[in-house]
Amino acid sequence: MRKNDLRKKKKDNSDVNSVLLRRSIQKWTPLFILPTFFCFIIGFIWPFLQGIYLSFCNFNTPKDAKWVGITNYVKAFSDPGFGKAFWNTAAFAAVSIVVINVLAFAIAFALTQHMKGANVFRTVFFMPNLIGGVVLGYIWQMIFDAILKQYNTYITANATYGFWGLVILVAWQQIGYMMIIYIAGLQAVSGDMLEAAKIDGADGWKTLFHVTIPNIMPTITICTFLTLTNSFKLFDQNMALTGGNPIVTMADGSKLKMTEMLALNIYSTYNINKNWHGVAQAKAVVFFILVAVLAIAQLSATRNKEVQQ
Amino acid sequence: MKTRYTLGSKILTACFVVLSLGWLIPVFEVVINSFKENSYINMEAFALPNSESFMGWANYLKGLTFGNYPFMKSAFYSVVITLLSVALILVFCSMSAWYIARVNNRIAKIFYYLCLFSMIVPFQMVMFTLTFTADRLKLNTPWTIPVVYLGFGAGLAIFMFVGFVKGLPLAIEEAAAIDGCGPVRTFFLVVLPMLKPTLISVGILETMWVWNDYLLPYLVLDRTEFRTIPIHVQYLKGSYGTVDLGATMAVIMMSIIPIIIVYLFCQKHIIKGVAAGAVKG
Amino acid sequence: MKKFFAMLLALAMVLSLAACGEKKDDTAETGSVYYLNFKPEADQAWQDLAKLYTEKTGVEVKVETAASGTYSETLTAEMGKSAMPTLFQCGNAQGLLDWGDYCLDFTGSKVLGEMTTSDFNLTDDNGAVKAIGYCYEAFGIIVNKALLAEAGYELADIKDFASLKEIAEDIHARKDALGFDAFSSAGLDGSSSWRFSGHLANMPLYYEFRDDNVTKQPAEITGAYLDNYRNIWDLYINNASMDKTSLTSGTGDMSTGEFKAGKAVFYQNGTWEYAGLVEAGLKAEDLAMIPIYCGVEGEEKAGLACGTENCWAVNAKASEADIQATLDFLYWVVTSEEGTKMMAEQFGPIPFKAAKESENVFFNDANAYMANGNYTVTWAFNHTPNVDAWRAGVVSALAAYSADQTDANWEGVKTAFVAGWANEYKTQNG
Repeated sequence: MRKNDLRKKKKDNSDVNSVLLRRSIQKWTPLFILPTFFCFIIGFIWPFLQGIYLSFCNFNTPKDAKWVGITNYVKAFSDPGFGKAFWNTAAFAAVSIVVINVLAFAIAFALTQHMKGANVFRTVFFMPNLIGGVVLGYIWQMIFDAILKQYNTYITANATYGFWGLVILVAWQQIGYMMIIYIAGLQAVSGDMLEAAKIDGADGWKTLFHVTIPNIMPTITICTFLTLTNSFKLFDQNMALTGGNPIVTMADGSKLKMTEMLALNIYSTYNINKNWHGVAQAKAVVFFILVAVLAIAQLSATRNKEVQQ
Repeated sequence: MKTRYTLGSKILTACFVVLSLGWLIPVFEVVINSFKENSYINMEAFALPNSESFMGWANYLKGLTFGNYPFMKSAFYSVVITLLSVALILVFCSMSAWYIARVNNRIAKIFYYLCLFSMIVPFQMVMFTLTFTADRLKLNTPWTIPVVYLGFGAGLAIFMFVGFVKGLPLAIEEAAAIDGCGPVRTFFLVVLPMLKPTLISVGILETMWVWNDYLLPYLVLDRTEFRTIPIHVQYLKGSYGTVDLGATMAVIMMSIIPIIIVYLFCQKHIIKGVAAGAVKG
Repeated sequence: MKKFFAMLLALAMVLSLAACGEKKDDTAETGSVYYLNFKPEADQAWQDLAKLYTEKTGVEVKVETAASGTYSETLTAEMGKSAMPTLFQCGNAQGLLDWGDYCLDFTGSKVLGEMTTSDFNLTDDNGAVKAIGYCYEAFGIIVNKALLAEAGYELADIKDFASLKEIAEDIHARKDALGFDAFSSAGLDGSSSWRFSGHLANMPLYYEFRDDNVTKQPAEITGAYLDNYRNIWDLYINNASMDKTSLTSGTGDMSTGEFKAGKAVFYQNGTWEYAGLVEAGLKAEDLAMIPIYCGVEGEEKAGLACGTENCWAVNAKASEADIQATLDFLYWVVTSEEGTKMMAEQFGPIPFKAAKESENVFFNDANAYMANGNYTVTWAFNHTPNVDAWRAGVVSALAAYSADQTDANWEGVKTAFVAGWANEYKTQNG
């Protein structure tokens, strides 16, 4: 009975526009949309399109671009380092999405349970976000090395240390960020509903899984989306913590950077020399398409859940 | 029942105290090392400063005066860029987000999806082309670079605003419209106050991004005249990668403290905002 | 939707093509100079000099310095801007490959006429002088003679690898009694690793190229002298205080610090360290630089390793007026009182007629070896293809080897060295 009521309420909410509003707002289209859109073109669309164009060119600076067709893409795909970076990124994304979201939710949940000093804790957990990625990387490298020294080894000694080191670093940094979003979501779950669940005799876990979590699905969508794109775009921390090391040189001389992720791979491709600028640009396009597909898949998957409940 | 609840809560609090202290270790690291002599930082990273390694404020002084560019000047431009950019982002993106959520026509949808796209594009992809464009349009000063930030940062802001606008009850806005309120007034007098908690969260997230951003201002700004704090930190490095670690730690501390103050100050508002803004449901 | 994108894409192409065809800026008839400086340490000196020049001549000189380790990205970004650098750094084979099109031929210019040697200049296949070496440097093993004496030895006792090894091992064995160790730490962190993947690696490269008469960048190397590389590397890490497993976190500062504090007798580095060492309180008469001995036959006749990576190139794509202004500025820098003084202070001896004397004892050592008829070890590593990537591979392998000095791990270093070279050569030209 109650459940039905809740569902109805939700449905009303999801009706997000009305004809009345739409007509009057549309008269003001230029004011509402244009400033952002204009800057968006300068800051994003235009450079992005030019970037796509350049992925088909050989260039040193954008000024001296020469069209070369799909050569850059061929080179990009025949680079084993690119494939390695892809798998590193995929593994990292899978692990960090789970770790970050579960922990951030758990902390947010605990902090919304009338805990003493919740504000202090919240500030503490959020603190890492205030420090830039490169700096974080150096600090953690110092810490990991100081710890691993006890065992006569170091962070870039093998890929496993580097991988988990990066997971810890990023979790430490992003849990606070996601926690804030989860807290906002949790506080929006109405107390009445939780009260009602209690009266209906649901215990803590049942309430959590049947009332709380379904009601914060939009928040979960945002957080998983953010962690997904963050882990795919991760760059500063990767560069500062391990820089892609250790490097394994194959018998044929080709190198695999064992902890290098996609963004860093693109960046280092850029820095090989001018013949590779276009290849890096092509890799960036491939990378972008990949992330776009993943993000859309993820969004539609979690959005489906939102509607269903 | 009651006692058990308090006991559980006490245990939880205790756990969180421990967890928080652990959480702070890296920050603590920066603090202690900012008072140590360079050579001691690498050798004994965890050690507290002792009589031999303690430098007092020397690292801070060095950080303030290093090179031919005063730290306070970098700090000033960092503040200018951050304030202008975040203000622009908050005002214009919330307006666009409201439009997107409420109008929801083809243009709105395309714009929304473009924004999502922009969030997943790696900066490396537009790195040089953006620099090129910004230079042509003379967006290379602290007063004009916020335009680039608005453009490049619009994605996340619009994404978050749209999410929250969708959760707002239509009835209030409709009532305002029926009362004869035009869209502009409806937005600024009715919608914006309701968006306050989101404005603050987006504001904080964007502030952190702009404040800590290194590569974009480094490439775009005319660095002989304008530097930001992250650029300043980068210039503490010598040409062969030697780092003055002590001074770097001190500069990091000086750059974190203002933003912590801003955060602590805003935090009060977040809680209030969330509590008062719970008109929903 | 598709159409929309297609249109945008087309527009993008047209506009970027239009941008390509755009004319160069000819803003002022007098022209101005824009120098993208490589060395953050010299930033202040360049700024002051630029200001002075502007006061004297009215010609605007702008000096920008790239942040450490980012010169190539910065140059790429700046070259894309409307106000391009008119003067930039182009130091080795890699730089010439990337920016050769932008390098003006110095032939016939006044500044070239002031040079005392063309040894450090970069020329292309047609003999055009693309970049001029504005200073030169030497590296080797820096010795603290006072400590050496304390340990009961003198400089003349070190004649080759065998004698160096004997002395170093003896000092290391008595380090507790002496209060100092043989070598300063051989850190492999980014601020220190270039000393070994660049400078130390120059030894096997130099001898191999000497034997095979290599004068241009080779596609492949044999690694014939890698055992010597291992000799000297083992000597460094086995006879120093630093733990061999934590070399990756060892910085250049730590190593310099140990040497400055009198905790090590030997320290591998170059002439550029001189000012810092003296400033830290070491006496000039206690300092000397000896060749890096690694057990190659006939090496007792070796001199120091001399060369440069610091070369100026003038942007050929700048406007006529700017090019002229830049050439005039350079001429002034290497001939005027103020300019040569600054160069001597910042870069030591420079290969120009009006150069000021340098007090740097390491250069005196380098000259003494030359005068004595010893052969100069040239900077063979300037031929390294795709230099950063190649070095990174060598450093990674060296780190793994140092933590566990087995033959199997040394194979890893060999692979990174030899196969890595061939691969980077392909990558560079591919």
